[in-house]
Amino acid sequence: MNILVCVKPVPDPEKYGELKIDGETKRLIREGIPTVVNPSDRNALEEALRLREEHGGKVTVLSMAPEFSRDKLVECLAMGADEAYLVSDRIFGGADTYATSYVLAKAAEKLGSLDLILMGNESADGATAHVPVQLAEWLGLPHLCRVCSVEATGEGFRAVKKGDEGRLVFGIRKPCVLAVSSDINKPRYVNAMGLIKARKKPLTIWSNEDLALDEEKLGLTGSPTKAGELISPDMKRGSESLGKDPEEIAGRIAELIRKAGV
Amino acid sequence: MNFKFTEEQEMLRDAFVTFIKEEVAPYAAEWDEENRTPVELMPKLGEMGILGVFVPETYGGVGLGHTERVMALEEIARYSAGLAMMVFTHQLGMAAILDFATEEQKLKYLPDMCAGTSICGLAVTEPGGGSDVAGQKTTAELVDGQWVINGRKCFITNSHCADHPILTCKTGEDERGRATFSAIMIDKGTEGFMPGREENKLGLRGSMTGELIANNAKVPESNLIGEVGKGTPIAMKEIGEVGRASMAAIATGILRACLEDSVKFANERIVYGKPIAKLQAIQFHVADIRVAYESARLMLYKAAATKDEGKPATIDFGMAKYYATDKACECARKTIELMGGYGVVNEYAAGRYLRDAMACISSGGTSEIQKIIIAGDTFKSFK
Repeated sequence: MNILVCVKPVPDPEKYGELKIDGETKRLIREGIPTVVNPSDRNALEEALRLREEHGGKVTVLSMAPEFSRDKLVECLAMGADEAYLVSDRIFGGADTYATSYVLAKAAEKLGSLDLILMGNESADGATAHVPVQLAEWLGLPHLCRVCSVEATGEGFRAVKKGDEGRLVFGIRKPCVLAVSSDINKPRYVNAMGLIKARKKPLTIWSNEDLALDEEKLGLTGSPTKAGELISPDMKRGSESLGKDPEEIAGRIAELIRKAGV
Repeated sequence: MNFKFTEEQEMLRDAFVTFIKEEVAPYAAEWDEENRTPVELMPKLGEMGILGVFVPETYGGVGLGHTERVMALEEIARYSAGLAMMVFTHQLGMAAILDFATEEQKLKYLPDMCAGTSICGLAVTEPGGGSDVAGQKTTAELVDGQWVINGRKCFITNSHCADHPILTCKTGEDERGRATFSAIMIDKGTEGFMPGREENKLGLRGSMTGELIANNAKVPESNLIGEVGKGTPIAMKEIGEVGRASMAAIATGILRACLEDSVKFANERIVYGKPIAKLQAIQFHVADIRVAYESARLMLYKAAATKDEGKPATIDFGMAKYYATDKACECARKTIELMGGYGVVNEYAAGRYLRDAMACISSGGTSEIQKIIIAGDTFKSFK
């Protein structure tokens, strides 16, 4: 079974307090902020490794990211992936989900025959949940999102989603795209032996010279999403003494609550 | 000169930190309070590659070095110095096997020890001897192809959980009539061999410390580690390089715990309308802890890198151990002072850091022993 797992390096959630947005470009300033593999993408990789352990085959990891994210792919190889591809070129910079999914789709096509594409349902930074669906549409493949269980069947997969009123069970033909939720499994730890083995596993970097994609569809130019105005909420807090008489204070509190429209 | 860890070492540290934050940090206070040794965690530590990180792959290890080993210990000790103590003592015994055992013994014992499915230890100290090597009274006599061992070891880490502790035993005398010792492994469950009392320690709880008692315990002649009469050099080498390195790493982990907890508390504690981090008196404490941590770290990793280069590192580790443990005590006290009343409440970890730091001083030789060793070398090297 040939499985492709798409992963995204995202800012370390422990450093969210240090994140800033560039006022002019309205993009996240990622420089200097440590990144981690998007948490639900780790779930997707774990699921891929489990399916490979049960059915054999190969797990390939793909990411579109700056070159300094190479170590995140090494981490995926250390978890157990067989090979990794990093699609990296300055021209891809500033891509929204539409342009990102286009590049990932073209890279996936270049990789050849696949049975399954797995990825996290959404990224921890953008949280749009667009990319899995868009990727599947670019590739013309059936897809499901928020998948919490996957089993291989002869023709494809049995996938389960959690709904508001119960569980929804789907049969889906392969090849397909499944976006998994974080409750699907507990990803294995990266261990020292895995890191040593990762040294010998192939990690290929592709630029747009390798993919030869239409530059009009890439990066900021190829992104239909345009950021609107940036507004910082006023977080100032004030205080007011409500007197000393409990009854008077209670009345004032009720009055303030009504006035605030709570 | 390059003071940077390699990308692979940084990734390894990240991998260890992820594991430790999930599997160690949430339970550290509980292990300390209940004085419980989490033996069940050893196979997981083995799976992570922490236990055998310095052991060649041939024997089930990862094939890296002592830099990576002390890195893992620093990270564990950041949250649980007690667990780090258990791990390092296991590695201390493993190092003796790796450096001195026969190929057959290495292949027999090390893979399970790397996996954490069997636990090792090294027992030297006795009521009348430890740093005073000649004061050891435990004997081993070779009778009909078996070592017959008698004696009592005390203050032994992993005393009650080690499957294969290695004991130094008096086996003869040299030409000048001085006692010579040999390193002999005794398997847990050997008739006549048992753990004695378990100590209720001030700090480093979460690791077991106690007695090992041998009363006509018989083990095969092949349980000898290294050569007959060479037990003291084996113990001295491993305690000097692996033991002191580990205590320095544990104390460095405690120093980082003090630093991180101090900064967090100083930023969150509001007094007179502003965080106490704005007060110079608090800043002085934090600066002192930072300098101590950075210095200890430099000494520790310089010594570990020296050992990994295959050069003698006993003095470097002695200095790192003395400095780091001494500063860990001082900085844990500063952390408590910085936190005011909260510092003495056991809900906060600062008190545990002080107790752990105090307990680090005696293990692997007290500060005074380190100073004697350092001074001895200094008079030779700087004349």
